[in-house]
Amino acid sequence: MGVLTKQELDYLEENLRRKANEIEQDIVGAEWSEHCSYKSSKKYLRLLPTKASSVVVGSGYDAGVLDVGDGYVLTVHIESHNHPSAVEPFGGAATGVGGVIRDIMSMGTRPIAVLDALRFAPITGKRKAVAKSKWLFKNVVKGIADYGNCIGIPTVGGEIEFDPSFEDYCLVDVASIGFGRKEDIVANQADVGDVVLLAGGSTGRDGIHGASFASKALEAENRSAIQIPDPFLEKLLLEATMEAVKQGCIKGIKDLGGGGLSCCLSETSDNLGKGFDVELTRVHARESDMTPNELMISESQERMLYVADKARLPALQSILDKYEIKHSVLGVVCEHQDLVVRHDGKVVAEMPSHLIAHAPPADRAIKRPSYLNKLRSVKQPKTPTNLGKVLLSLLSNPTIASKRWIYQQYDHEVGVRTVVKPGMGDAAVMRLDNRKFVAIKLDGNSKHCYLDPYLGTLGCLSEGCRNVICTGAEPVGMVDHLQFASPEDPEIYWTFTQAINAIVDYCKFMDLPVVGGKVSFYNETAKGPIKPSPVIGTLGLVQSASHITRPALSSGYSIFVVGQTVPEMGGSEYYEYIHNVIGGPVPNVDLRVDRQNGNVVQNLIKTGLATCVHDCSKGGLAVALAEMAIAGSTGFKVDLDSVPNSCMRTDDLLFSESHSRYIVGTKEPEKVCKVLSSAGVTFAKIGRAASTIEFAKGKKKLIKLTLKQLQTSFYSLGKVMQ
Amino acid sequence: MAKIGIAVFPGSNCDRDVHHVLNKVLGVQADFIWHTKDHITGYEAMIIPGGFAFGDRLRAGIIAAYSPIMQEVKRMAKDGLPILGICNGFQILVESGLLPGALMMNDSLRFVCRWTEVEVKNNKTPFTSKFAPRQRFAIPVAHGEGRYVADNKILKELKKKNQIVLQYSNDDPNGSSDLIAAICSEEGNVMGMMPHPERASESVLAAEGAKNEAITIFRSLVSNLKPKAIA
Repeated sequence: MGVLTKQELDYLEENLRRKANEIEQDIVGAEWSEHCSYKSSKKYLRLLPTKASSVVVGSGYDAGVLDVGDGYVLTVHIESHNHPSAVEPFGGAATGVGGVIRDIMSMGTRPIAVLDALRFAPITGKRKAVAKSKWLFKNVVKGIADYGNCIGIPTVGGEIEFDPSFEDYCLVDVASIGFGRKEDIVANQADVGDVVLLAGGSTGRDGIHGASFASKALEAENRSAIQIPDPFLEKLLLEATMEAVKQGCIKGIKDLGGGGLSCCLSETSDNLGKGFDVELTRVHARESDMTPNELMISESQERMLYVADKARLPALQSILDKYEIKHSVLGVVCEHQDLVVRHDGKVVAEMPSHLIAHAPPADRAIKRPSYLNKLRSVKQPKTPTNLGKVLLSLLSNPTIASKRWIYQQYDHEVGVRTVVKPGMGDAAVMRLDNRKFVAIKLDGNSKHCYLDPYLGTLGCLSEGCRNVICTGAEPVGMVDHLQFASPEDPEIYWTFTQAINAIVDYCKFMDLPVVGGKVSFYNETAKGPIKPSPVIGTLGLVQSASHITRPALSSGYSIFVVGQTVPEMGGSEYYEYIHNVIGGPVPNVDLRVDRQNGNVVQNLIKTGLATCVHDCSKGGLAVALAEMAIAGSTGFKVDLDSVPNSCMRTDDLLFSESHSRYIVGTKEPEKVCKVLSSAGVTFAKIGRAASTIEFAKGKKKLIKLTLKQLQTSFYSLGKVMQ
Repeated sequence: MAKIGIAVFPGSNCDRDVHHVLNKVLGVQADFIWHTKDHITGYEAMIIPGGFAFGDRLRAGIIAAYSPIMQEVKRMAKDGLPILGICNGFQILVESGLLPGALMMNDSLRFVCRWTEVEVKNNKTPFTSKFAPRQRFAIPVAHGEGRYVADNKILKELKKKNQIVLQYSNDDPNGSSDLIAAICSEEGNVMGMMPHPERASESVLAAEGAKNEAITIFRSLVSNLKPKAIA
């Protein structure tokens, strides 16, 4: 199957000054797939701010590296496995976890946490697609659980969204962070005569054309493109790699992912600036009659490529032997800068590595989608008479409801680092070895991004920062995962460029580096494209254990809100889940206000004045307060008249998803008041902790519920999945 | 000074966590011992940590039960040295015949990771001697196959000989017979437990509203080590 376009083949042969043979076309076809080459996105990715004094290695490598002081570094990476998961959810999700973990290992650091961001079609309601969505959801969670649990890396957080645009499909994003010593970061430098060693799983016929499969719309199920997971083998590779790194046996390292040996060899050779000469018959294969093409593009899992000098090779081999990991010396590092591939001694492919590793950029047309104007304004839904019932309904909305059913299937504590555990805070907080802590969270909002990809993406960034700030951290870096349908559709491509613009604007303004990322196009089925779905990962650093903050409300607390509530109802869970209304203005982010509010909340936490903090996002003020009540088993009494707002309607005020808002609980309201006033931010004291749940408007009681009612709705996901 | 050995199988993944608690929290010397080691000297106790030894293939713990190190663990058990198996370590102890019964799939048929509460039923073992009688404490579980099952005869014996060491209080995570969370051998020096004390040994890691009382498992063990004279 020819995977190169005519123009690409012409470009290749022009540069080679000869015809490319079939194997060469397959190698280049794998590497020039959208999945591996970023040919449609590279031009825009260059705009992202990637530098900061704390960034040791920026995006572009397997994982970004951040200096966290005292000689320690954090590594972070995010990947998706959408196409495979949509066909075979268990294996697809599991191998997604495996891939991102290998990226972290490839930097010479030990993975300490996994997070996942998942998107499915709704799992409730009467739609026909519900059964399939539930099947996908259940098995994706099981795939992530089985892999992460077995390998012993805790899955500590994530987010999940249900939206009809994911019908017959799903988005499975997995992020991982690693931790290690700065001096252990693999330098990735090689000398002529060094050896190239392939270790891990045997190469089989699974995952053939996987990268190309992921670079097209999902039309037919291509099961041979799905990889098979083996977390046990990955665990052995992890321990062996860590041991080899400590013993200084590794000069270069790269995991095998999309595009198999083709991508791994060409990219490593290109990065090192040295040529490779490899012999394919040395590859330990699962089947004896595999062709050179198959060996080069197989995406069999749990494989690593190491570059070692000859003197240290026996040490590396003995470590691999200890763990009973299969390995084979594929070839040597050469003076030239080509990738020379042999089969039984005969050269079957010979091309400059730089040429393979750099696909010609694809110029994509841009057009603002016409649907945007139509959806800008919609007829407002009628205000429901029973707003308490609406609140309970939102709490049981699977996008908002407690994810306990999911995270209890994940071992989220192995590694003895998980301080703020899933469900207990706005972000996961992990202990590091230098008395500091890292807070990490993934955020996305396909509904907002569909109605306004620029503001929607800006909102995800703001939400990510708010989430880590709420735990007591200062944001220090972002990773992005940009997921869209076909870039060949000018309207889809426009939404991609809007997301990029938002990241550039936000991160430049906040002085936050983008330390890693990934682009995934062609997320569409016969039913149509997915909504634009950038997922943002935010990393924050907590300087001291005393700063760690949770949202749990406690008796005696006064409750403040920081930030303005505006009737920006487009894409809100209230409009879409409750009223099935799609459209309207999405929440704006005023960068100056966003930074100011974030700074003052950080200040309140560090000075010990804020005892519980929670951000307002999906479901708005009412849901945020309810979540704090559930977390602390304490009710509240809130007067909506005191909430700073420009809403004409009470339902808007309760459920608007305006950004840059925080809810702060405190035992010292006067002092908090003083700090907030002198910072010049919009804020108000809106109520206090109580035994039941009560929203009033002046003297008029609007909502009166018991804690038990909130809990029953909030913890209903398990029932849905039974 | 007394030393504790930590058995490491391919796929063990709580070995480093146990080492952290013994070494960094309690200041006790502890060493990792690779599973192929067939001669162990100089250790006054062994811990078989949690994880997925050999990827839980065939059945959790069964392949590890045949690793060379287990012959040594059996010998040490016979010599009366304390042997503690945690989670997968409990499964390995059962599979190697050092403890009776079996660990089956949780009744939910799902992996479960959460905090629960256990009650000390026997505080005369080397692992529980520093607990008060019937003391209850918080501790997390994380397992797919943690439902302790044994026939009535074994259960009767266990009760009679005071071999049930820990029971889930009121919040049973897996459907174990008689709410069993930990049992010991007749002599009391071999104990297997499904919950993870190493995850509940530091206050910073304790779940909301819980304490780090599980460290008493390790404190008891350390206080019961009998340092041998150095030859």
